[in-house]
Amino acid sequence: MRKEKKRDFRRVKQILISGFIAVIILGILAFVTYGRAIPVLDPKGLIADQERNLILLTFGLGLVIVIPVFIMLFSIAWRYRASNTKARYEPDFANHKGIEALWWGIPCIIILVLGIITAVSTHALDPFKPISSSVQPVKIEAVSLNWRWLFIYPDEGIATMNYINIPKDTPINFMITSDAPMNSFWIPALAGQVYAMSGMSTQLHVMADSTGTFTGSSANISGDGFADMHFKVNSMNEADYKTWATNTFNSTKTTLLTDDSYKKLAVASHDSSQQTFLLMDYSLYNEIIMKYMSPGDSKVNSVDASGTSI
Amino acid sequence: MKNVIEEAAVQQKKTLGFWIYLMTDLVLFASLFATFAVLRGQTFGGPSGHDLFNMPFVLLETMILLTSSFTAGLAILGSNRGYKKQTIFWLFVTFALGAAFLTLELTEFSHLVSEGDGWQRSAFLSSFFTLVGTHGLHIAIGLLWLAVMIIRLIRFKFKQTDLNRLALFALFWHFLDVVWIFIFSIVYLIGGMA
Amino acid sequence: MLQNILDFVFGRLKPSDFVHDPIMAGAGFAMVGALILAIIGLTYFKKWGWLWRNWITSLDPKKIGVMYILVSVIMLLRGLADALLLRAQQATDGSAGLLTSDHFQQIFSAHGSIMIFFVAMGIIFGVFNLIIPSQIGARDVAFPFLNSVSFWLFAAGMILINAPLIVGEFSTAGWLAYPPLSELQYSPGVGVDYWIWSLQIAGIGSLLSGINFFVTILKMRAPGMTLMKMPIFVWSALTSTGLIMFAFPILTATLGMLSLDRLMGMHFFTATGGGNPMMYVNLIWAWGHPEVYILVLPAFGIFSEVVSAFSGKKLFGYTSMVVALLAIAILSFTVWLHHFFTMGAGADVNTFFGIMTMIIAIPTGVKVFNWIFTMYRGRVRFATPMLWFMGFIVTFTLGGLAGVLMSVPPADFQFHNSLFLVAHFHTMIVGGVLFGAFAGFAYWFPKFTGFTLNERLGRYAFWNWIVGFLLAFVPLYILGFMGATRRLDHYDPSMGWQGLFVVAGIGVAIICVGVFFQLLQLGYSIWKRNDNRVGSDPWNGRSFEWSIASPPPEYNFAVIPTVTQRDEFWELKKKKHGSLLKSHYEDIWLPKNSGLGPIIGAFALAFGIAVIWHMWWLLIVGLVGVVVTLIIRLTSDETEEKMTAAEVAKHELKRGIV
Repeated sequence: MRKEKKRDFRRVKQILISGFIAVIILGILAFVTYGRAIPVLDPKGLIADQERNLILLTFGLGLVIVIPVFIMLFSIAWRYRASNTKARYEPDFANHKGIEALWWGIPCIIILVLGIITAVSTHALDPFKPISSSVQPVKIEAVSLNWRWLFIYPDEGIATMNYINIPKDTPINFMITSDAPMNSFWIPALAGQVYAMSGMSTQLHVMADSTGTFTGSSANISGDGFADMHFKVNSMNEADYKTWATNTFNSTKTTLLTDDSYKKLAVASHDSSQQTFLLMDYSLYNEIIMKYMSPGDSKVNSVDASGTSI
Repeated sequence: MKNVIEEAAVQQKKTLGFWIYLMTDLVLFASLFATFAVLRGQTFGGPSGHDLFNMPFVLLETMILLTSSFTAGLAILGSNRGYKKQTIFWLFVTFALGAAFLTLELTEFSHLVSEGDGWQRSAFLSSFFTLVGTHGLHIAIGLLWLAVMIIRLIRFKFKQTDLNRLALFALFWHFLDVVWIFIFSIVYLIGGMA
Repeated sequence: MLQNILDFVFGRLKPSDFVHDPIMAGAGFAMVGALILAIIGLTYFKKWGWLWRNWITSLDPKKIGVMYILVSVIMLLRGLADALLLRAQQATDGSAGLLTSDHFQQIFSAHGSIMIFFVAMGIIFGVFNLIIPSQIGARDVAFPFLNSVSFWLFAAGMILINAPLIVGEFSTAGWLAYPPLSELQYSPGVGVDYWIWSLQIAGIGSLLSGINFFVTILKMRAPGMTLMKMPIFVWSALTSTGLIMFAFPILTATLGMLSLDRLMGMHFFTATGGGNPMMYVNLIWAWGHPEVYILVLPAFGIFSEVVSAFSGKKLFGYTSMVVALLAIAILSFTVWLHHFFTMGAGADVNTFFGIMTMIIAIPTGVKVFNWIFTMYRGRVRFATPMLWFMGFIVTFTLGGLAGVLMSVPPADFQFHNSLFLVAHFHTMIVGGVLFGAFAGFAYWFPKFTGFTLNERLGRYAFWNWIVGFLLAFVPLYILGFMGATRRLDHYDPSMGWQGLFVVAGIGVAIICVGVFFQLLQLGYSIWKRNDNRVGSDPWNGRSFEWSIASPPPEYNFAVIPTVTQRDEFWELKKKKHGSLLKSHYEDIWLPKNSGLGPIIGAFALAFGIAVIWHMWWLLIVGLVGVVVTLIIRLTSDETEEKMTAAEVAKHELKRGIV
């Protein structure tokens, strides 16, 4: 008996030590996390905000299962430890229809609830779905290149590289394609990501609810310089945005973005600087998609050394 | 030697294993069929199935393969009754028909390639050559198997293991026939529609 | 002229392909050095014959199982070294210039491929080989020679995936090599080819092995062992191999098509020419998601055995467990699209796959509850296997929660390809498969050696693992919320990520300490084996493997047991019928050794090398070699030898005295 008591005591000590270690770990994690930007949990846009709420709701529903599991795991393991001879021992107790029905049933109910939430939220937050707003949306065509992002503002007649300016409280309609391997267009502070694929056009609709600068990136590996494929999103007041767009369009110093200069941009490069262009070919985005759709029809086809167009 | 009951148990395992192998092969073909179905319209400005397929020719191929399946069945009937000569004869016929089928298929392929409609032309042609070619590869492996078996049957006495393998071969050959029916209907009939 | 000959002989292999940067060259030299040392050692101790007769040519599944485990352990160390490099690079935010981006990308691609194909799969097949025959009361697997071929194909794949350390480079396209990045246009080198062919060759081995064990379980159970009387681990193996049969042919076809794109200029998955990269993503996940369950179901089986044995109690809800296994297996084919909700398939499709994914959580949750309730009213002994079980439930439940979060498509848009995802699947695979393997290792080790592992060192290893694990992966969850994507070889210090990366790096270092303790435990236990000698049944086990000697004779059972109920051995012990031995022995047929399995492996390796480096003559040699070897095997008649009843009796008597 005494030996068993001693062992139990040692166990208590072990549990205390592990608790202590856990607190230290949590402390370290809190220290290295505190004060850093957590865009997914601290969103700056309408869509990301709803996605955050959805994440928290799902997390809460999950805890309904996870917490009882942990309580049961540790309490049962402790109660029926071999040294505790007072606990009942029934080696043949292996079936109980009621108990089993309970844990087939409760998860089923939770998944049913979660399923309904999923069906509703997936349709509500479909990235292809425009945001309803009285404000006229801004259209931006995003093209992932090796290894940078080109943003075309067809309505403003301008284009930018590796940064976007957007007006706040205005729906932004992104059309997204790729002239490179598959990338993923992600601005965590504004909305979840969508793939950028060559020969196709995906969409993403976002709306910033505050001004500020957020970071976007490519979330999908696309080759050597993929880590450099991040860009800045400057959310600003509508007036500032208008001024910027008009000034850029009217400035004589802005570089021209023609079909030929685009071909140079499309060549693989590690240059991740921010640039601004005056758009010369308003159908450039479609030309980039067409490049992959049928042979030789696109104005931006590049021709490689062997003469085959790619 | 093992006794009869043990032999039967071994054979049961082999038969089940072979059926399962055939099923996995079917999954492989299913993947290729799915790819073909997706890429069928992706001609990238090149010819479509309607432009390329020569239906009488394909029908001839089909008849040859179906006949070879029938003759393989005759060989099995012969072997079950222990008629060695009959078995070998029908196996020879099966081999000849299989070889004829393969020759026709390769003729079709070389014709397409020489017209500039090779597998590099478009996604449609890539999936066509791969699906039909994979079946052809199976036929080639079957012919090799058949050749080895014919040699063994001629040189040695009828052994139970050889007969069992012959049964498995017939299974394989019929299976390839079934796959070909799918190729005929999905690739050539549906794929050849305008 | 000379150039033409060289091109013919060596394909696209150039002397410069042997030149590597210091880290890779170091790893390569270490591997070659270890190999040379092994060769010298074998020659010096005159062990070549022993190695050839007892191991390389052996068709005994127990031997093959040990070889699988050995390869997996070595690959685990390789994968761990890769992980250390990745963590070191990210902890220094890339500014230390430890690795170039190209090298970094090769390492994470290799880390993922190796850990899944050559660690997890190897462990699974190793355990199948070691345990399945004896648990179902069989002497062998259904097709012993095929088993040897499977292993040697696995070994050939293993050599191919490590070869880039010495010659050429590895893929930089990630462990699943999505096109068009993995196509010639963007990856013209040999890297992706190495990836394709090491996986293809090992994958065919896995497929054959899956068929083998499926047939073994269906056809070779002891008389009276109906499906519902099988040990639950056998059930898990049956479902896992069933998944292999349906999933691996898809992998074979997909890799084949990608290879045809690269070798013959086809247009399956190219960006242009009408190719459809999305088709590849669908196909690879139609294999890839079942693959996850192929790995984790056997781990579930191991935990079921462990928790029931160490609780001294029947497994709770056996029928539920079987139903859950089958449900998971079937559902695993209906969820692949959740790996790419972000492709823009539309809300209806995403909803369907999201809900299917959540439904898998139900049977998985039932399993967790049943495991916990197996301890209820039991006598739970917390030996190391049980510690791994506890660690598994904790990590697996947390990882599962993260998984449910990601199954909601709009939430997944924020998690996809972020470090949150990386943390999730590591929690599942490390916490599930690897902890399962460690539990199984400690549990079954005495069965195959006759002595137990040192408990104290095992506990040290466990605690280092679990602490290191939490430190390594909890930061990654947080980093995901911060918007950190996976596979970044450097990042802007202003993002504020570095602290968490440093913690994650420390976590991996602590895991390494855990691995060190495991190796120490193994070495120490072998050294002190005479102190830890145990009989055939050290844990008071429940299934038939504990009824035979430790280590088991080559034929496992002198007399095949008869089964009337679940946990037959346990019930027999209760009735004091401890020994199953009867005096009536029969002749036993055992497969003769065969060197043809390793030869086929060698030809397959030659084929792989040939197709990677475009040495067409070698390709023909490899292909013809494989075919001819197979014909030789299939036309040779005397492949088995008899052990007479008298010899069996002599063997058993000798064991009885020992």
